[in-house]
Amino acid sequence: MTNAIQYTKRRFEALKGAIAGDDEDEPLAVIGREESVSVHLQLWLLVGMVVFPILVAVVVSTKQQGIVTSLPDLIPGTYAVENYREAIVDYGFGRFMWNSLLMSVVVVVGKLVISVFAAMAIVYYRVPYKDLVFLFVLFTLLLPVPVRFIPLFQLINDLGWGNSLLAITVPYLASATTVFILRQHFLSIPNSIVETAKLDGVGPVKFTLQVLIPMSRGVLVGVSIIMFVYAWNQYLWPLVIIDSEANQVAQVGLQLLQGDVQGGQLSWSLVMAGSVLTLLPPLALMILFRKPLLETFAIQQK
Amino acid sequence: MTTITLRNLRKEFDDVVAVNGVDLTVRDGEFLVVVGPSGCGKSTTLRLLAGLETATDGEIRMDDRDVTGTEPKERNVAMVFQNYALYPHMTGRRNITFGMNATDSFTDEEIDRRVAEAAETLDITDLLDRKPQAMSGGERQRVALGRAIVRDPDAFLMDEPLSNLDAKLRIQMRAELTRLHAELGTTTVYVTHDQTEAMTLGEWVVVMDDGEIQQVDPPQALYDFPENRFVAEFIGDPAMNMIDVAVEGGVAVHDAFRIPLPTGETGDGKAIENGTPAESFADPDAGNRRNAVLGVRPEDLHPARDRPDLGETTFDATVDVTEPLGDSLLVHCSVGDATFKMGAEPRSSLEPGETVSVTYDPERLHLFEPETGEAFYHSATAPVTSDRLERVAND
Repeated sequence: MTNAIQYTKRRFEALKGAIAGDDEDEPLAVIGREESVSVHLQLWLLVGMVVFPILVAVVVSTKQQGIVTSLPDLIPGTYAVENYREAIVDYGFGRFMWNSLLMSVVVVVGKLVISVFAAMAIVYYRVPYKDLVFLFVLFTLLLPVPVRFIPLFQLINDLGWGNSLLAITVPYLASATTVFILRQHFLSIPNSIVETAKLDGVGPVKFTLQVLIPMSRGVLVGVSIIMFVYAWNQYLWPLVIIDSEANQVAQVGLQLLQGDVQGGQLSWSLVMAGSVLTLLPPLALMILFRKPLLETFAIQQK
Repeated sequence: MTTITLRNLRKEFDDVVAVNGVDLTVRDGEFLVVVGPSGCGKSTTLRLLAGLETATDGEIRMDDRDVTGTEPKERNVAMVFQNYALYPHMTGRRNITFGMNATDSFTDEEIDRRVAEAAETLDITDLLDRKPQAMSGGERQRVALGRAIVRDPDAFLMDEPLSNLDAKLRIQMRAELTRLHAELGTTTVYVTHDQTEAMTLGEWVVVMDDGEIQQVDPPQALYDFPENRFVAEFIGDPAMNMIDVAVEGGVAVHDAFRIPLPTGETGDGKAIENGTPAESFADPDAGNRRNAVLGVRPEDLHPARDRPDLGETTFDATVDVTEPLGDSLLVHCSVGDATFKMGAEPRSSLEPGETVSVTYDPERLHLFEPETGEAFYHSATAPVTSDRLERVAND
């Protein structure tokens, strides 16, 4: 386990050296072949442990019944198309997915806009007591949304937003985590760059759009992915505040796929088909944007 | 083309005084270097000039404009930073033009023409389409210079622009900066902590310490006639030797040696009249004993056998350590309770523990007040130029 981590670190260093071009040698020459094989086996084992439940879900979603009791049950079935069609068309799972997507995109965009402005104010402007304000923003991390459910529920209903997109997005628009990550990133931008812009007479809007945001692209994408996954996986709050099926999100919609639970006919294959569907958008994003995502975390580790 | 005048400029950060009453004139088209150890207030002074810091007190004038409280962009100065401050996501060309676009005072054709000109001058035409990441340190600094040039500012402010470059490149860029200044003739204020850089680049050099100006002079005058101990020890490498002595009747007396002080007024001062009291030097109590610090640069001390021409006054010292520098041999010696460094011929055979007879250049002696560190005697007479007089009168 430890040597797997060491191995990854060394390999990463070697690759970085090769990319930077200051290492003329074969980048992986530092690592012996035997060591490489054993480490790869360990890594596959670890990956297997993580991926196994998802694989089972995929297999189950292709079967008619979907009850797995023995090893031969793990052979993929032939009902895949039928199951997915039933989930999407008959149960209207597409609608839930669309709602989820809409909610997640609104939350991510809103969070980014608000957080960029907040972090800018905290880093670049002379606001009285701004450190105290920032501390207060961080303080909200101690109060996760579920703690605020009851007053929030009251508030949303008083505003007449119940059962709408507003109800599931607005409470999530402010994000202390995002403000914090962006603040750290803005602080890491050399002051002289900001000062050059000042000397050149570059205004705040132009500076934000053409210097700050392009220079923060990696962090912004990384944060967006994390926030998207977080928003996409919202379950409890939509369950509480949304009561019409048409406006429901995918995570809550999953339970509608259970079928006749009382009759003991829990249709696992449909539930798994829905689960796999819900998994796809975050997975696609992760694969597409894995590089900026890793960079974001690398910056935090510094 | 601008004359910059600082009057009684002060900057305080909370309870720290960074710049303490600086009076300085940077004349039109001059290359002025401000040098000092870190924390001496030189960078703060430059940032006050640029408008990146607000002065606590005092006045900054550019020609006849009082710019003390104005925004950086209204001062029309360009700054070059130690870390280049290039925008990493823009190409060289975009980096250069970005600031020009901001002010809308240039047409597109003019921008193109100016960029081409600047690129020609700095030899960076190839770099215009590259991003900073794909440039070396020297190339980045050239692009940063290009960005400063194209705006045609009233003054260049440079904050240790060569400090991030390696030694060889630094020397090359130094020559290039001198050439560039000769070509453009723009008023330039250059801040550095490197005294060699200050000496080689500056037409005039300002030495700062502790938020105050210690001396303003051309490089050679600074080296030959330091006004106080700080300047004497800061300028020159290896640093000037400082030995506590007593002065009696025109002779610097130490337990282990006696050095007669040539009269400082004759100017040619070649003859050392051995034992003759040099009563005319600026010591009201000549003849009486007073304490002083004798300053002699290592290269003005020699083993007596190397330089028989320097006169008969010698004293014996013990060699402690020798450091071969290639072009000379630096010898650490001790005499009585004092230690000093001496420059010897490069291939001299001097062994630690050996006793060596030391002679000195009588024209290159300095005396400082022990308490205040003010210089009160130089054995050579400072050349008085009208330039220098004018500057002293102005400040």
